[in-house]
Amino acid sequence: MSTQRIFASVLPRLRVASSKNATTSLTQQAQQLRCYSRPTATLRPSGPARSSVLSSAAASAPRRVCVPTTSSAQPRTLSTSASLFHGHVDTPKPGEELWVTFIDKEGVETKIAVCKGDNLLDIAQAHDLEMEGACGGSCACSTCHVIVEDPDYYDKMPEPDDDENDMLDLAFGLTETSRLGCQVIMTPELDGLRVKLPSMTRNLQSSDFN
Amino acid sequence: MATIARARPRAFQQWNRQLALAYTNQVRRASTTVEPFRLAIIGSGPAGFYTAYRFMKNNEHAKVDMYESLPVPYGLVRFGVAPDHAEVKNCREKFEEVAASPDFTFIGNVTVGASSDHPDGATVPLSSILRHYHAVVFSYGSSEDRKLGIPGEELKGVFSAREFVGWYNGLPEYADLNPDLSLGAHGDTLIIGNGNVAMDVARILLKSPEELARTDIAAHALDALSKSKTHNIRIIGRRGPIQAAFTTKELRALYKLPGVEVRPYELEHPTAYDALPPPIKRRTELLSKGSSLPPNPSNPYPSVTFDFCLSPLEFDHKPEQPSSTPPNWVTSATFGKTVLQNPNQHHPSTDYETNNHREYYNQKATARLPPQPKTVTFNTRYVFKSIGYKSTPLPEFSLLGIPFNTSTGVIPNDGIGRVLTKLHRPHQLPSSSHPAHHQPHIELPHHFKGLYCSGWVKRGPQGVIAETMMDAFTTADAITEDLTKREKFLPEGEWGQDGKGWEAVKAEALKGNSNARVVSWEDWKAIDRAEIERGQKAGTGKEREKFVRREDMLAVLGDGGR
Repeated sequence: MSTQRIFASVLPRLRVASSKNATTSLTQQAQQLRCYSRPTATLRPSGPARSSVLSSAAASAPRRVCVPTTSSAQPRTLSTSASLFHGHVDTPKPGEELWVTFIDKEGVETKIAVCKGDNLLDIAQAHDLEMEGACGGSCACSTCHVIVEDPDYYDKMPEPDDDENDMLDLAFGLTETSRLGCQVIMTPELDGLRVKLPSMTRNLQSSDFN
Repeated sequence: MATIARARPRAFQQWNRQLALAYTNQVRRASTTVEPFRLAIIGSGPAGFYTAYRFMKNNEHAKVDMYESLPVPYGLVRFGVAPDHAEVKNCREKFEEVAASPDFTFIGNVTVGASSDHPDGATVPLSSILRHYHAVVFSYGSSEDRKLGIPGEELKGVFSAREFVGWYNGLPEYADLNPDLSLGAHGDTLIIGNGNVAMDVARILLKSPEELARTDIAAHALDALSKSKTHNIRIIGRRGPIQAAFTTKELRALYKLPGVEVRPYELEHPTAYDALPPPIKRRTELLSKGSSLPPNPSNPYPSVTFDFCLSPLEFDHKPEQPSSTPPNWVTSATFGKTVLQNPNQHHPSTDYETNNHREYYNQKATARLPPQPKTVTFNTRYVFKSIGYKSTPLPEFSLLGIPFNTSTGVIPNDGIGRVLTKLHRPHQLPSSSHPAHHQPHIELPHHFKGLYCSGWVKRGPQGVIAETMMDAFTTADAITEDLTKREKFLPEGEWGQDGKGWEAVKAEALKGNSNARVVSWEDWKAIDRAEIERGQKAGTGKEREKFVRREDMLAVLGDGGR
């Protein structure tokens, strides 16, 4: 978080520098930015996603789009020598993309092109979104809780089974359209799905303690 | 405490400036010479690991050292989660990812504060840790039981669920518990308590040995459980079915046991039923359903029965002729019928019937024994007290001025994870009439700079791993926030800490202790491999065969690391 904030303070400087040189293209800016951002842990999705961050930085609405690329997206991991890669998903073939949008707790939207058959937990982890899968996607915890924005989409999904309902009962901030990300599998009917990611931390007031 | 009290604000500001510079440099890919931020985490359970994970993810150059008094990590993920809940233990993958980071150091077999209970174990004083880290997170959990404090609690056959769970999960502390489970046919097996641990105990007692043999249950437990004659289990709660703490998932797991009858529980006042919140409603529905097994009067099924609003009064041993029960073994248990009451009502009415009826569907209702309760006595041979775990302060807390609330069993904190310097009293709080977003940076009056807590020692012994994770993330974000806001941490300088971490603690605290065998993450991986290999040798598809004694764990390592 701290690096992110400091990074944000570096960002305007970069943009000033590039505005002096009118010939600097957006792509060049993006490369520059990527070069600066690489050593930090908080900002490390794949290249195309980065460039969209830059373009969105100029726009008012926070939004990023992950378009299909030749290299499959890598999840963020801690700087490890032998890191485990969770949530591997394949890149969809052109023309077969299904779109899903994740909206994080700050309202930042990430629109991702995915394949049929991928589940939301794998997709989110492969794209470095804040979603945990403590039980590894086996429907034994509630950490991949998502809230389906549009009830019509919720109705298009197969009903949650008892096991999923049992875990949802324990989810923080349960709603009528809550699901576990690991149990939502993308199908053509769900193309255009939008889900909200609840906060992963307790939003307690300082006076809330005993 | 003297070293802590003498804070050095100027040195601190200087260091903070250096740190901020280092972070900026790091963004510019310049080399940095400033010492990294060092965090000590005490305890390697899910609270400790999730705190480390979140903190390291957001603070790339921070160094985290994790202290664990046993030679093996994961706390209650290894020693608490039931062996037949393998999927719950998948969070270990995340923890391994954390441990593989070069910025993370696992320091196993090292007890903080108290002397190690093993001759090969090392001990480091907490004061030494405070001298060598910028910040410390207490996430050492709960390692004691609540007591009932009633006559007969010391009789044989009366177990605490914590020791029983520790025993079947291979916790070294209870490796010698060795319970004789063969008397179960002579009476009911009583489980006192309404949490998920009570459900675990019931399920493990009734599960078939063949199924258990595929799990990572300790070999000694598998052996004893296969001789178990447990037939009828009663799960007994002080409060009513609506106030029970177990989850629907664990209740359903009892229903899934083949050939076990879960007796339906009949609700006393079914009228207000529809007003319940959906999760409680689903659980209560399941509870009142009961399992539907074909009638089998000649050979009754093993059964689980739920009893509510009963509080234990005494356990007794009555010699019988001919004796089938060893001396000093529990033979009966007497309970008193409790009444439910509204916790906010200070002078509850003595019209208990009306009270009970009114509070039956109040999730927050508490139970108490009336002056002359109706009693009920069960013929029993086993009583498992599953009434909760309890955290205790580290031995040096009082010396160092770190507070501990012994009545609630938690380290006083601001609810987010910052340790307070004294027990909190409500009138010292900032006004709660303003919502938090109007006052985003409330400075609490007594925050112990640099000390944090996470997990059960922070919020009490309750909740599943998902809750511990959220809680740990909250603590980790608080440290990150303090770092960003350039808050003070443990005081620096001549009398304060030097940020040198484990190497300095080791040099200071372990010199002259040639017996101490510190277990590194690589050492644990060797123990891990040996356990998995032992599991394969069992030939039952056993995931692993745990070592249940410290010396056996350490024997895997030889003397190479000493």
